[in-house]
Amino acid sequence: MRVGLLVTCLVDLMRPGIGFAALRLLESAGCEVVVPNGQTCCGQPAFNAGDRKAARALAEKLLGEFEACEYLVAPSGSCAGMIRTHYPGLFADDERMRGRVQALSSRSYELTDFLVTVLGVSEVPGDFRGSVTYHDSCSGLRELGVKTQPRSLLARMPGVELREMEECEACCGFGGMFSVKFSEISGAISARKCANIQATGADAVVLGDLGCMLNIEGRLRRLGDERTRVLHVAEVLAGEDA
Amino acid sequence: MEMRSKEFKSRAVYYIHDGALQKAMGMLRDGFVAKRTQQAAELPEFEALREEAKNLKNHILDHLDHYLTRYEAAVKASGGHVHWARDAAEAREIILGICRRVHAKTVTKGKSMVSEEIGLNEALIENGMDVVETDLGEYIIQLADEPPSHIIAPAVHKTKDQVSDLFEEAHGTERKTTVPDLVNEARQVLREKYFRADVGITGGNYLVAETGSSVIVTNEGNGDLTQTLAKVHIVTSGIERVVPRLDDVTLFLRLLARSATGQETETYTTFSTGPRRADDKDGPEEYHVVLVDNGRSKMLGGRFREMLRCIRCGACMNHCPVYGSVGGHAYGWVYPGPMGSVLTPLIKGLDNAYDLPNACTLNGRCGSVCPVKIPLPDLLRELRHMQHRQKITPAIQRHALTAWRFAATRPKLYHFGEKVAARLLALAGRRKGRLRKLPLAAGWTDARDLPAPAGKTFLEQWQKQRGGQ
Repeated sequence: MRVGLLVTCLVDLMRPGIGFAALRLLESAGCEVVVPNGQTCCGQPAFNAGDRKAARALAEKLLGEFEACEYLVAPSGSCAGMIRTHYPGLFADDERMRGRVQALSSRSYELTDFLVTVLGVSEVPGDFRGSVTYHDSCSGLRELGVKTQPRSLLARMPGVELREMEECEACCGFGGMFSVKFSEISGAISARKCANIQATGADAVVLGDLGCMLNIEGRLRRLGDERTRVLHVAEVLAGEDA
Repeated sequence: MEMRSKEFKSRAVYYIHDGALQKAMGMLRDGFVAKRTQQAAELPEFEALREEAKNLKNHILDHLDHYLTRYEAAVKASGGHVHWARDAAEAREIILGICRRVHAKTVTKGKSMVSEEIGLNEALIENGMDVVETDLGEYIIQLADEPPSHIIAPAVHKTKDQVSDLFEEAHGTERKTTVPDLVNEARQVLREKYFRADVGITGGNYLVAETGSSVIVTNEGNGDLTQTLAKVHIVTSGIERVVPRLDDVTLFLRLLARSATGQETETYTTFSTGPRRADDKDGPEEYHVVLVDNGRSKMLGGRFREMLRCIRCGACMNHCPVYGSVGGHAYGWVYPGPMGSVLTPLIKGLDNAYDLPNACTLNGRCGSVCPVKIPLPDLLRELRHMQHRQKITPAIQRHALTAWRFAATRPKLYHFGEKVAARLLALAGRRKGRLRKLPLAAGWTDARDLPAPAGKTFLEQWQKQRGGQ
């Protein structure tokens, strides 16, 4: 099975280890993984800022890079959500492109969703030991229905104890450009998320999206929490970080 | 009311640091949100009802002219009057005209967001009338001289202590400190006013085309007294609130209370059809309905048509993390939260409310709890798109996007930039593993650190390991 890995721009720049963890998970599940060299960004920042032309340009570029793959997989609910949920609408008035985009959209998955739903994975290589709490990143949860997939994989790991936090489905306050434009509001929302995380006493908060990850880790540290680890679910499942 | 949506950012910051507001917002989350979750879980057909309500609303919007015409005929047949108002000014004039004709001195009001939308209270007061809000929440904010901060719980931003202060000062009575005592005091003060009222004004949750009835839903029964004890009853409602048949009301009633307050049903659901008949024991002598367009027919023909499905339950704001952090007053006009961030720019102008569609994390929770499935995040994005196209978006953001697009569509340039950035950020954060200040994104580090990257990008490591593909 030929799977194209969309590393995502944030993983590529900020935490490349997550890309390698995703790679390891896919390969250990028997996939042939290709990483198209020219990939940059899915176009989500432009789309959410109202610049549809730019979003379309990036979508066309990504389409060219991944079209030949059987599946597209990204270690991010919001990038996968962008491709799956929003790409088709960008080409609503372009019949020629729409079919191609639709075809790729329907083959695009968030990592844990792909592992569970498509591959039916039941064994993961990770050996993490400790208590974790899972933050449901909004796009993955509400655009793609990613909820039980990461939890079912974590449940396969004997060393992992899952402690659910209050309001695990509430936004962490990131919201892309929102976090910079409305930093005070974003900070207030994040503070509540951090308090819910800390109240579980878990060793680590685990999640599936880089935006939320940078936001939550940055806010925890700013609030003086040096203890709670912030891990991407791929890192925990693949075991490269543990 | 004065439009202050342009000041959203500064007002938001102010309210984030308002201790009483923050306390009140915490109660909202624990109350409405928790109860709605429970109600939705306990009704097996809740999701099916949402779908049904969405479809029925779409059907109504497809045939709005037909149902409004039928409704008008039914109201007339029951002895009532229907007035059509193109905008807020026309609506005010129609209502003022009725009030002047009957020499109204005291006007009682049930809760009506449309009356807020058209700025009715100010107009009535300017014309010498005594306006009494009879909904407890509306009464509280009238005493405080504030606009509502929530569409169904107008005084949700007030704590009990603040209400005690307001009542003590306004009523000149001994300070009451428990909720039952406060409610009781308000009830006694208000009861007198109902009997003095010349005109009673209410909103209309539903307008039934089949029967010409208007329906209001309250928890206090104040609306009933407002509309039956005054000589003249005026209903103010948006044109989109019509439903075909009496039966259809039940569908929306099943969704409304559960979505709004997390109740199975509200305490009072009251149907009014025309003025008092010869053999009626009570009721108004005149019955008027003012149907307000104020931008709605324009929405009907455009990309924001779905917004007209809104049944004004407030679930979107109850579940919104931004609303929950800043409260309703930050939004600066009548409608706050997600639904307000769509409606305000559409009614008051895109450039008068630039921040509202942008002050949203696009987390999608509002859309997921909306009882009529309005895709609020998509509509907010659509507004951002319009702002971008009309160049209302700040020039610096547009230029930055253009530059970003130029780079992101040129992989070599983009990856080179990334390599430089990864190294610079890693270097700057090498000691603590994170950065406390960023020169070009101060907004980020105002609220949080930036975890430092590893130093080499994924793609460059990958290409080195496997020679690329």
